[in-house]
Amino acid sequence: MLVKSELPELVFIANPMKHVLKLLSLLVVISALWIGLLQASIIPQSHTWVLPIYFIVSLGCYGLLMVGVGLMRFPTCPQEALLLQQDIAEAKDFLKQKGVDVGSD
Amino acid sequence: MDAEKNKYSIIVPTYNERLNIALIVYLIFKHLRDVDFEIIVVDDGSPDGTQEIVKQLQKLYGEDRILLRPRAKKLGLGTAYIHGLKHASGNFVVIMDADLSHHPKYLPSFIKKQLETGASIVEHDMSQAVTLLWPGLSDLTGSFRLYKKSVLEDVISSCVSKGYVFQMEMIVRASRKGYHIEEVPITFVDRVFGSSKLGGSEIVEYLKGLIYLMVTT
Repeated sequence: MLVKSELPELVFIANPMKHVLKLLSLLVVISALWIGLLQASIIPQSHTWVLPIYFIVSLGCYGLLMVGVGLMRFPTCPQEALLLQQDIAEAKDFLKQKGVDVGSD
Repeated sequence: MDAEKNKYSIIVPTYNERLNIALIVYLIFKHLRDVDFEIIVVDDGSPDGTQEIVKQLQKLYGEDRILLRPRAKKLGLGTAYIHGLKHASGNFVVIMDADLSHHPKYLPSFIKKQLETGASIVEHDMSQAVTLLWPGLSDLTGSFRLYKKSVLEDVISSCVSKGYVFQMEMIVRASRKGYHIEEVPITFVDRVFGSSKLGGSEIVEYLKGLIYLMVTT
Protein backbone atom coordinates (compact mmCIF):
# COMPACT_ATOMS: atom_id res chain seq x y z
CA MET A 1 0.00 0.00 0.00
CA LEU A 2 1.44 3.30 -1.05
CA VAL A 3 2.16 5.60 1.85
CA LYS A 4 0.01 8.60 1.25
CA SER A 5 2.84 11.04 1.82
CA GLU A 6 4.55 9.61 -1.22
CA LEU A 7 1.54 10.09 -3.43
CA PRO A 8 1.54 13.88 -3.80
CA GLU A 9 5.22 13.87 -4.68
CA LEU A 10 4.74 11.06 -7.18
CA VAL A 11 1.82 12.81 -8.75
CA PHE A 12 3.27 16.27 -8.84
CA ILE A 13 6.98 15.73 -9.35
CA ALA A 14 7.00 12.76 -11.69
CA ASN A 15 4.13 14.24 -13.65
CA PRO A 16 4.36 18.01 -13.72
CA MET A 17 1.59 18.41 -16.27
CA LYS A 18 -1.23 20.46 -14.94
CA HIS A 19 -4.26 18.52 -13.83
CA VAL A 20 -6.44 20.37 -16.25
CA LEU A 21 -4.29 19.38 -19.20
CA LYS A 22 -4.53 15.75 -18.16
CA LEU A 23 -8.28 16.04 -17.86
CA LEU A 24 -8.55 17.71 -21.24
CA SER A 25 -6.46 15.06 -22.93
CA LEU A 26 -8.61 12.40 -21.34
CA LEU A 27 -11.72 14.13 -22.66
CA VAL A 28 -10.18 14.41 -26.11
CA VAL A 29 -9.40 10.69 -26.16
CA ILE A 30 -12.91 9.80 -25.02
CA SER A 31 -14.43 12.12 -27.60
CA ALA A 32 -12.28 10.58 -30.31
CA LEU A 33 -13.44 7.13 -29.28
CA TRP A 34 -17.03 8.29 -29.35
CA ILE A 35 -16.72 9.83 -32.79
CA GLY A 36 -14.97 6.67 -33.94
CA LEU A 37 -17.84 4.57 -32.69
CA LEU A 38 -20.33 6.80 -34.51
CA GLN A 39 -18.47 6.44 -37.77
CA ALA A 40 -17.78 2.74 -37.51
CA SER A 41 -21.43 1.97 -36.79
CA ILE A 42 -20.56 -1.08 -34.72
CA ILE A 43 -23.25 -0.03 -32.29
CA PRO A 44 -26.56 1.33 -33.64
CA GLN A 45 -26.30 5.13 -34.10
CA SER A 46 -29.14 5.94 -31.72
CA HIS A 47 -27.29 4.22 -28.89
CA THR A 48 -23.97 5.86 -29.65
CA TRP A 49 -25.40 9.35 -29.57
CA VAL A 50 -26.62 8.83 -26.07
CA LEU A 51 -23.30 7.46 -24.78
CA PRO A 52 -21.90 10.81 -23.57
CA ILE A 53 -24.94 11.29 -21.38
CA TYR A 54 -24.44 7.87 -19.83
CA PHE A 55 -20.81 8.73 -19.31
CA ILE A 56 -21.56 11.99 -17.53
CA VAL A 57 -24.23 10.41 -15.37
CA SER A 58 -21.88 7.56 -14.40
CA LEU A 59 -19.18 10.06 -13.57
CA GLY A 60 -21.60 11.91 -11.34
CA CYS A 61 -22.68 8.72 -9.63
CA TYR A 62 -19.08 7.69 -9.12
CA GLY A 63 -18.30 11.03 -7.57
CA LEU A 64 -21.25 10.80 -5.21
CA LEU A 65 -20.29 7.25 -4.36
CA MET A 66 -16.77 8.33 -3.45
CA VAL A 67 -18.10 11.12 -1.27
CA GLY A 68 -20.48 8.71 0.41
CA VAL A 69 -17.82 6.08 0.97
CA GLY A 70 -15.43 8.66 2.30
CA LEU A 71 -17.99 10.06 4.70
CA MET A 72 -18.87 6.61 5.94
CA ARG A 73 -15.27 5.77 6.63
CA PHE A 74 -14.61 9.10 8.30
CA PRO A 75 -13.32 8.06 11.69
CA THR A 76 -15.79 9.57 14.12
CA CYS A 77 -16.17 7.22 17.01
CA PRO A 78 -18.42 7.89 19.96
CA GLN A 79 -15.56 6.86 22.22
CA GLU A 80 -13.59 9.89 21.15
CA ALA A 81 -16.56 12.11 21.85
CA LEU A 82 -16.72 10.72 25.36
CA LEU A 83 -13.01 11.31 25.92
CA LEU A 84 -13.43 14.84 24.69
CA GLN A 85 -16.28 15.45 27.12
CA GLN A 86 -14.06 14.22 29.93
CA ASP A 87 -11.25 16.50 28.82
CA ILE A 88 -13.61 19.45 28.75
CA ALA A 89 -14.90 18.70 32.25
CA GLU A 90 -11.37 18.35 33.58
CA ALA A 91 -10.29 21.58 31.94
CA LYS A 92 -13.28 23.50 33.26
CA ASP A 93 -12.66 22.27 36.79
CA PHE A 94 -9.03 23.24 36.78
CA LEU A 95 -9.56 26.62 35.17
CA LYS A 96 -12.45 27.55 37.43
CA GLN A 97 -10.25 26.89 40.46
CA LYS A 98 -7.57 29.14 39.04
CA GLY A 99 -9.94 31.98 38.40
CA VAL A 100 -10.37 31.74 34.64
CA ASP A 101 -13.91 32.43 33.52
CA VAL A 102 -15.33 29.29 31.93
CA GLY A 103 -18.98 30.12 32.25
CA SER A 104 -21.47 28.37 30.01
CA ASP A 105 -21.22 29.26 26.34
CA MET B 1 19.22 18.11 15.78
CA ASP B 2 19.24 18.31 19.55
CA ALA B 3 15.70 17.63 20.72
CA GLU B 4 16.08 19.76 23.81
CA LYS B 5 16.81 22.87 21.80
CA ASN B 6 13.58 22.80 19.83
CA LYS B 7 10.86 25.33 20.49
CA TYR B 8 7.35 25.01 19.13
CA SER B 9 5.23 28.06 18.33
CA ILE B 10 1.58 27.10 18.25
CA ILE B 11 -0.51 29.53 16.23
CA VAL B 12 -4.21 29.48 17.04
CA PRO B 13 -6.40 31.85 15.04
CA THR B 14 -9.57 32.66 16.93
CA TYR B 15 -12.90 34.31 16.35
CA ASN B 16 -15.53 34.04 19.06
CA GLU B 17 -13.90 31.13 20.83
CA ARG B 18 -14.34 32.40 24.33
CA LEU B 19 -14.81 29.01 25.91
CA ASN B 20 -12.82 26.85 23.53
CA ILE B 21 -9.63 28.89 23.77
CA ALA B 22 -9.41 28.24 27.52
CA LEU B 23 -9.99 24.52 27.00
CA ILE B 24 -7.45 24.34 24.21
CA VAL B 25 -4.80 26.14 26.25
CA TYR B 26 -5.36 23.85 29.21
CA LEU B 27 -5.10 20.77 27.03
CA ILE B 28 -1.96 21.97 25.29
CA PHE B 29 -0.24 22.56 28.61
CA LYS B 30 -1.45 19.18 29.80
CA HIS B 31 -0.08 17.26 26.84
CA LEU B 32 3.14 19.18 26.21
CA ARG B 33 4.51 19.19 29.74
CA ASP B 34 8.15 18.71 28.86
CA VAL B 35 8.17 20.66 25.67
CA ASP B 36 9.38 24.20 25.11
CA PHE B 37 6.47 25.94 23.42
CA GLU B 38 4.51 29.14 23.15
CA ILE B 39 0.91 29.66 22.12
CA ILE B 40 0.21 32.57 19.81
CA VAL B 41 -3.44 33.54 19.80
CA VAL B 42 -4.37 35.60 16.78
CA ASP B 43 -7.79 36.93 17.58
CA ASP B 44 -9.71 38.89 14.98
CA GLY B 45 -11.48 41.31 17.29
CA SER B 46 -13.95 38.78 18.71
CA PRO B 47 -16.99 40.50 20.14
CA ASP B 48 -17.59 37.69 22.66
CA GLY B 49 -14.68 38.62 24.88
CA THR B 50 -12.23 35.96 23.72
CA GLN B 51 -9.32 38.31 24.34
CA GLU B 52 -10.41 38.85 27.94
CA ILE B 53 -10.23 35.13 28.53
CA VAL B 54 -6.80 34.96 26.92
CA LYS B 55 -5.59 37.66 29.29
CA GLN B 56 -6.83 35.63 32.23
CA LEU B 57 -4.99 32.62 30.84
CA GLN B 58 -1.87 34.71 30.51
CA LYS B 59 -2.05 35.54 34.21
CA LEU B 60 -2.27 31.86 34.95
CA TYR B 61 0.32 30.48 32.56
CA GLY B 62 2.57 33.44 31.90
CA GLU B 63 2.79 35.99 29.15
CA ASP B 64 5.88 34.32 27.76
CA ARG B 65 3.92 31.11 27.14
CA ILE B 66 0.74 32.70 25.79
CA LEU B 67 1.11 35.52 23.34
CA LEU B 68 -1.97 37.50 22.45
CA ARG B 69 -1.51 39.13 19.09
CA PRO B 70 -4.94 40.38 18.06
CA ARG B 71 -6.15 42.15 14.95
CA ALA B 72 -8.89 44.70 14.59
CA LYS B 73 -11.34 42.58 12.62
CA LYS B 74 -11.83 39.37 10.69
CA LEU B 75 -9.03 39.34 8.20
CA GLY B 76 -8.85 35.72 7.15
CA LEU B 77 -6.89 32.64 7.98
CA GLY B 78 -3.92 33.12 5.70
CA THR B 79 -3.06 36.52 7.06
CA ALA B 80 -3.65 35.19 10.58
CA TYR B 81 -0.88 32.65 10.02
CA ILE B 82 1.40 35.31 8.57
CA HIS B 83 0.66 37.60 11.52
CA GLY B 84 1.31 34.79 13.98
CA LEU B 85 4.54 33.82 12.23
CA LYS B 86 5.90 37.32 12.76
CA HIS B 87 5.74 36.78 16.50
CA ALA B 88 6.87 33.17 16.53
CA SER B 89 10.16 32.59 18.27
CA GLY B 90 10.24 28.83 17.85
CA ASN B 91 12.01 26.86 15.14
CA PHE B 92 8.84 24.84 14.60
CA VAL B 93 5.33 26.12 14.06
CA VAL B 94 2.08 24.28 14.72
CA ILE B 95 -1.13 25.59 13.24
CA MET B 96 -4.41 24.43 14.70
CA ASP B 97 -8.01 25.47 15.17
CA ALA B 98 -9.38 26.63 18.49
CA ASP B 99 -12.65 24.76 18.29
CA LEU B 100 -11.45 21.41 19.65
CA SER B 101 -11.77 19.63 16.32
CA HIS B 102 -7.99 19.52 16.63
CA HIS B 103 -7.21 17.85 19.91
CA PRO B 104 -3.90 18.86 21.54
CA LYS B 105 -3.38 15.28 22.68
CA TYR B 106 -2.07 14.52 19.20
CA LEU B 107 0.64 17.15 19.42
CA PRO B 108 3.19 14.85 21.08
CA SER B 109 2.79 12.32 18.27
CA PHE B 110 3.25 15.08 15.67
CA ILE B 111 6.43 16.17 17.42
CA LYS B 112 7.67 12.61 17.80
CA LYS B 113 7.05 11.85 14.14
CA GLN B 114 8.98 14.91 13.09
CA LEU B 115 11.94 14.05 15.33
CA GLU B 116 11.97 10.48 14.06
CA THR B 117 11.79 11.31 10.39
CA GLY B 118 13.20 14.81 10.16
CA ALA B 119 10.15 15.75 8.10
CA SER B 120 9.48 19.34 7.10
CA ILE B 121 5.74 18.96 7.64
CA VAL B 122 3.66 16.59 9.76
CA GLU B 123 -0.06 16.33 9.25
CA HIS B 124 -2.87 14.03 10.21
CA ASP B 125 -3.60 11.03 8.05
CA MET B 126 -6.68 11.86 6.04
CA SER B 127 -6.58 8.95 3.61
CA GLN B 128 -9.68 7.64 5.31
CA ALA B 129 -11.62 10.78 4.56
CA VAL B 130 -13.29 12.09 1.46
CA THR B 131 -11.12 11.49 -1.56
CA LEU B 132 -12.80 13.47 -4.26
CA LEU B 133 -11.49 11.59 -7.27
CA TRP B 134 -8.02 13.11 -7.18
CA PRO B 135 -5.59 12.11 -4.42
CA GLY B 136 -3.67 14.82 -2.65
CA LEU B 137 -6.65 17.11 -2.34
CA SER B 138 -8.56 14.99 0.14
CA ASP B 139 -7.78 17.05 3.21
CA LEU B 140 -10.96 18.69 4.38
CA THR B 141 -9.82 20.92 7.18
CA GLY B 142 -6.13 20.96 6.39
CA SER B 143 -5.25 23.21 9.24
CA PHE B 144 -3.75 20.93 11.87
CA ARG B 145 -0.10 20.70 11.03
CA LEU B 146 3.41 20.94 12.35
CA TYR B 147 5.86 22.80 10.15
CA LYS B 148 9.50 23.69 10.32
CA LYS B 149 9.26 27.43 10.62
CA SER B 150 11.27 28.18 7.49
CA VAL B 151 9.11 25.77 5.50
CA LEU B 152 5.86 27.40 6.60
CA GLU B 153 7.24 30.81 5.70
CA ASP B 154 8.25 29.57 2.29
CA VAL B 155 4.92 27.89 1.58
CA ILE B 156 2.81 30.81 2.75
CA SER B 157 4.78 33.29 0.70
CA SER B 158 3.89 31.43 -2.49
CA CYS B 159 0.16 31.13 -1.80
CA VAL B 160 -2.22 33.54 -3.45
CA SER B 161 -5.70 32.43 -2.46
CA LYS B 162 -7.82 33.09 0.61
CA GLY B 163 -10.03 31.29 3.11
CA TYR B 164 -10.48 27.54 2.81
CA VAL B 165 -8.88 27.49 -0.59
CA PHE B 166 -5.78 28.98 0.98
CA GLN B 167 -5.45 26.02 3.30
CA MET B 168 -5.67 23.61 0.41
CA GLU B 169 -3.26 25.67 -1.62
CA MET B 170 -0.77 25.48 1.22
CA ILE B 171 -0.50 21.74 1.15
CA VAL B 172 -0.46 21.59 -2.64
CA ARG B 173 2.39 24.09 -2.80
CA ALA B 174 4.23 22.24 -0.05
CA SER B 175 4.14 18.94 -1.89
CA ARG B 176 4.93 20.68 -5.18
CA LYS B 177 8.11 22.06 -3.68
CA GLY B 178 9.06 18.55 -2.70
CA TYR B 179 8.99 18.99 1.07
CA HIS B 180 9.17 15.87 3.17
CA ILE B 181 5.66 15.38 4.55
CA GLU B 182 4.78 12.76 7.15
CA GLU B 183 1.44 11.66 8.53
CA VAL B 184 0.05 10.65 11.88
CA PRO B 185 -3.35 8.96 12.27
CA ILE B 186 -5.82 10.85 14.44
CA THR B 187 -9.51 10.59 15.13
CA PHE B 188 -11.97 13.38 14.58
CA VAL B 189 -14.90 13.88 16.86
CA ASP B 190 -18.32 14.67 15.46
CA ARG B 191 -17.72 18.29 16.34
CA VAL B 192 -15.97 18.83 13.04
CA PHE B 193 -19.38 18.97 11.46
CA GLY B 194 -20.88 20.64 14.49
CA SER B 195 -21.29 24.36 14.55
CA SER B 196 -19.82 26.70 12.02
CA LYS B 197 -17.08 25.06 10.07
CA LEU B 198 -18.68 22.95 7.35
CA GLY B 199 -21.90 24.45 6.12
CA GLY B 200 -23.14 24.32 2.56
CA SER B 201 -21.29 27.45 1.60
CA GLU B 202 -18.03 25.97 2.80
CA ILE B 203 -18.56 22.93 0.59
CA VAL B 204 -19.14 25.23 -2.36
CA GLU B 205 -15.99 27.15 -1.50
CA TYR B 206 -14.11 23.89 -1.25
CA LEU B 207 -15.29 22.78 -4.67
CA LYS B 208 -14.45 26.15 -6.17
CA GLY B 209 -11.05 25.85 -4.58
CA LEU B 210 -10.50 22.40 -6.06
CA ILE B 211 -11.21 23.74 -9.52
CA TYR B 212 -9.00 26.77 -8.97
CA LEU B 213 -6.13 24.59 -7.79
CA MET B 214 -6.52 22.16 -10.67
CA VAL B 215 -6.21 25.00 -13.11
CA THR B 216 -3.34 26.83 -11.47
CA THR B 217 -1.06 24.11 -10.13
